[in-house]
Amino acid sequence: MMNYIWVGFVVIAVIAGGATGQIDAVLNNIFSFAETAVGIAMGLIGVMAFFCGLMKVMEKAGLCEKLGKAIAPVMRLLFPDVPADHPANSAMALYFAANILGIGNAATPFGLKAMKELQTLNPTKGIATNAQCMLMAISTTSITLIPVTAIGLRAAVQTESAAEIIAPVIIATTISTVTGVVFTLLFQKTKRWKWENVIEKEMAAGRLEINEDYIGDSPIVLPEGYNGSNEKDAKVSW
Amino acid sequence: MTAVLEAISVWAIPVVVALVCFYAICKKVPVYSVFTEGAKEGFSTAIMIIPYLVAMLCAIGMFRASGAMDWLCDALSPVTNLIGMPSEVLPMAIMRSFSGGGAEGMMAELLETFGTQSQIGRIASVALGSTETTFYVVAVYFGSVGISNTRHSIAAGLLGDLASLLASVFIVNIMWF
Repeated sequence: MMNYIWVGFVVIAVIAGGATGQIDAVLNNIFSFAETAVGIAMGLIGVMAFFCGLMKVMEKAGLCEKLGKAIAPVMRLLFPDVPADHPANSAMALYFAANILGIGNAATPFGLKAMKELQTLNPTKGIATNAQCMLMAISTTSITLIPVTAIGLRAAVQTESAAEIIAPVIIATTISTVTGVVFTLLFQKTKRWKWENVIEKEMAAGRLEINEDYIGDSPIVLPEGYNGSNEKDAKVSW
Repeated sequence: MTAVLEAISVWAIPVVVALVCFYAICKKVPVYSVFTEGAKEGFSTAIMIIPYLVAMLCAIGMFRASGAMDWLCDALSPVTNLIGMPSEVLPMAIMRSFSGGGAEGMMAELLETFGTQSQIGRIASVALGSTETTFYVVAVYFGSVGISNTRHSIAAGLLGDLASLLASVFIVNIMWF
């Protein structure tokens, strides 16, 4: 995907540059922007170092755990399928807390752990549950108080008012997360994406695989003689 | 309204820094050494982004110098004008859902070309900061547990990206333009 986009930009630039007689400007921009890119990255080092240092302090002070406890009640509403005593709850709380604080490096392992814990509540091997889709809706729309990378890039280009985007970002990311969550709740009721319907469809297609590690109380019982997935390398479907 | 939001932006980082450090020292965390230890990671984060920045800035820089970017923006502007968005932001906003590094490179080019306090620069910054790389996040997390049928995750994630873009345009326009 990125291959085609990148090659597209470069090849079209050369052709268009030739057509408009701007080929010398195209050439100059290769060199000037290569230099600019490194200059920006150099400017980014200081800002990133500062924030990574601060993140480490947050982590060591146990702020994730603290914040995780505070947001637990909200999570009960968003993940009704997850039992209150299930380890997925604490993993997700830590993951969301790390995201809110902007601790990117620490957030990923928490997120992977949360996904793994949710998988124990998934009767199937390859179909995302409602809870897993909700976790993704919140992750892909981002929940952050301080958008470190955007501020860092701004500061690398011009220090003055690099942070002026914080309040707008908080509003915009809240709107995007609410949108993601609302559409997730709506979509999981539609004919195309409803859990029961997807299971039925996959079963009919002979692609359904049972998750042996399932610990919930409503496992899927396959009909006698059902031949599970023959295709081990099933394609990811969006 | 703008004054309040600008005050929040100005105060957020200093207050967080002071609170976190004060809380940590009360928790007997050796703040100074932990901070410097964490700061080391900042180097690798900034250095790691160089190849992506070079690739994207050079390609977009060439594309803009050739005049092709103007054609693309002219073609997009009837749609973007409807919501008061400069068409220059749209290519970056689309890239945002697919590649984080690519979108960061495109935003850096917009900031470099139009300035950080321009309407374009501000909308691009807010849009970049307020959402995640949908396709990447879904691939990594679902991939880690072997889920191949992601149901409505991508659709919901992309609608979230669209909402973040629209919100960015409206908020920046209300606050500053």
